[in-house]
Amino acid sequence: MFKVLAKERLAENIYRTVIEAPKIARKRKAGQFVMLRVDEPGERIPLTISDADPEAGTITIVFQTVGYTTKLLGTLEAGDYVLDVAGPLGHPTHVEKFGTVVSIGGGLGIALGRSITEALYKAGNHVIAIISARNKSLLILEEEMKKICSELMVATDDGSYGFHGFPTQVLQQLIDSGRKIDLVVAVGPVPLMAAVSKLTKPYGIKTIVSLNPIMVDATGMCGACRVTVGGVTRFGCVEGPEFDGHQVDYDELMKRLKTYAEQEKEMDARFVAARSREIQEVKR
Amino acid sequence: MTDSPTCPEAHDLKAAKKIPRQKMPEREPRQRMKHFDEVPMGYTPELAQKEAKRCLQCKKPLCRIGCPVEIDIPAFIKCIVEGDFVGSARNLKEYNALPAVCGRVCPQEDQCEKVCILTKKGISVAIGNLERFAADYERNKGTITLPKIPAPTGYRVAVVGSGPAGLTAAGELVKMGHEVVVFEALHKPGGVLVYGIPEFRLPKAIVEAEIDYLKKLGVKIEVDAAIGKVATIDELLSNGFDAVFVATGAGLPLFMGIPGENLCGVYSANEYLTRVNLMKAYNSHYVTPVLRKRRIAVVGGGNVAMDAARTALRMGTEEVYIVYRRSRSEMPARIDEIHHGEEEGLKFMLLTNPIRVLGDEKGWVKGLECIKMELGEPDSSGRRRPVPVQGSEFILDVDCVIMAIGTSPHPLVPMTTPGLKVTPKGNIMANEETGQSSKEGVFAGGDIVTGAATVILAMGAGKKAAQAIDQYVRNKVRVS
Repeated sequence: MFKVLAKERLAENIYRTVIEAPKIARKRKAGQFVMLRVDEPGERIPLTISDADPEAGTITIVFQTVGYTTKLLGTLEAGDYVLDVAGPLGHPTHVEKFGTVVSIGGGLGIALGRSITEALYKAGNHVIAIISARNKSLLILEEEMKKICSELMVATDDGSYGFHGFPTQVLQQLIDSGRKIDLVVAVGPVPLMAAVSKLTKPYGIKTIVSLNPIMVDATGMCGACRVTVGGVTRFGCVEGPEFDGHQVDYDELMKRLKTYAEQEKEMDARFVAARSREIQEVKR
Repeated sequence: MTDSPTCPEAHDLKAAKKIPRQKMPEREPRQRMKHFDEVPMGYTPELAQKEAKRCLQCKKPLCRIGCPVEIDIPAFIKCIVEGDFVGSARNLKEYNALPAVCGRVCPQEDQCEKVCILTKKGISVAIGNLERFAADYERNKGTITLPKIPAPTGYRVAVVGSGPAGLTAAGELVKMGHEVVVFEALHKPGGVLVYGIPEFRLPKAIVEAEIDYLKKLGVKIEVDAAIGKVATIDELLSNGFDAVFVATGAGLPLFMGIPGENLCGVYSANEYLTRVNLMKAYNSHYVTPVLRKRRIAVVGGGNVAMDAARTALRMGTEEVYIVYRRSRSEMPARIDEIHHGEEEGLKFMLLTNPIRVLGDEKGWVKGLECIKMELGEPDSSGRRRPVPVQGSEFILDVDCVIMAIGTSPHPLVPMTTPGLKVTPKGNIMANEETGQSSKEGVFAGGDIVTGAATVILAMGAGKKAAQAIDQYVRNKVRVS
């Protein structure tokens, strides 16, 4: 059992939860994730470790309530427990002094790439962080990101805050302005990572993406997390989650991520039904 | 062992020979297809005693040599003849920490029963069935008693992985007086016994009961602990463990390398079985999804292929095909399992090899292109090599494919342990008798060393390694 110490709403449907997990907190490095199971009938889901405090023995996860399990997780408050948390899993980010690094985070990806940005910044890189969201109200962690990068740029799809447009357009402007970029890191929805990789490829800018394939055991046993990278099947859980963005078959990844779309809808309905029953009972 | 009175029947050769081998009652195929309940239902005490009387109580029992953990088979059978069923179970547990498991999933026909003297004269004693009976009897009676544990030695041993090899080593080591901590990466201990072998072949309540027994002996189990990640082998050794036994088993599934293997609807058997067994997708109370398709092809001819195929039938699949490139006689699965699968309606596409998985525009499986094979000259494994029949390609109409063609060794420990020698395939190199690896204080056994094998071979390796670890820690000069 792992105790929830704090929970905070960052934006609509996006929550930040701090969990007591001293062993994981001590060992985790940037870019790693945990497998989490909320309760006994629950499924195992991979969640990126957004931050950790080895002294306090805590890890921080940020998640969007999109399906049954994340919605259930979203109901947990400080003092509640998560049944299982295993990690830190996956390879840590390869961190060294590259020079100028552009770190792109889209939506929830801002929080997922947070630890990577921080590690690259602490390693002495000049880190330009481009954070983006559909609109201003969905933009998360702006103030915190300012502390772990050299320059922060903001973009919103609808122009309600910062640059009006996509983060790829901001990146294009940076490239056009003649700035030498040594590394691009992109974390976020698959279409964003695909778009960033497509943009940087002709310029030969090394681009790293953090993938989120479906996983079950996440320790190198089941093979659910297969992704095609450079024409070769790779296992996201033990060979990833970070890969060369120019080599990833994003189309396949998108399709595979939709494998359980129908079942997820059913489960979602089950969650809503269970919650409304609970609310009814409380009212009574 | 209990002192037993003489048992005239058992030693009466002529009488024994007249008793036919007692068949274990099984659920009807049509009935059992509706649920995940166990197929064979076990002996009644009467059936067990009748079968036990067939044992000739050989002075030099060959069956013991056929058993990887050298169970005193005539002794436990004798107890059954005498009606001392609990004594029989205790006898078994002196040699084997998981008798209810072994009684179910050991390939006895290739081990103890193969060399049973009666095999030469007809049909062997049903040793596996009797083992299962004794273990089940004791557990159901609730009369489990613990052996005396010697005073603590003060040595601490870490066991990595809680499958058959790890659990066996843990049980042996704790009985020697050592402190044992088992680390399991998943949320439940048992390894392949809980994620791989289906409920209808090995009920999980039985695995839990056998693990509970080990806990009562003093074995500590830490779940959610992926060694290599949360702590490395070197960290275990420098943080108070005197030795480590690595029993992390089989890992990533192998695929054929044919086009279309990453389409939606292509599973590895490991994933399919894990979703259904460990995550209990067959139970609507559980949340983990699994695809429920109409027509499934399971590629492979081993026990894992049979498990996946029979699971698929129980998940409501209309047609389940076993696609295997050799002929029936080369299938590595147990004859019983093939037979059970056949009874349940599996369709065998033998001498058939997939060459391409066909997909639709949305990335879903819509068929499996196969080619017919014929057997040529024997290959390195001694089996006749299957060769494609030119022009015999055809498309099997399926909407899901499960690949059950083997696994590679589990990667986490080899990836994170400097100085640990592995084979080109990634198996840890270890002494066959002792499990000693190339690294001081590190022992290994089970599938991580041998590649995918059986539960009992892994248990045998765990047992041998426990002996070697015992000697190692006692002779070790403690630095601190």
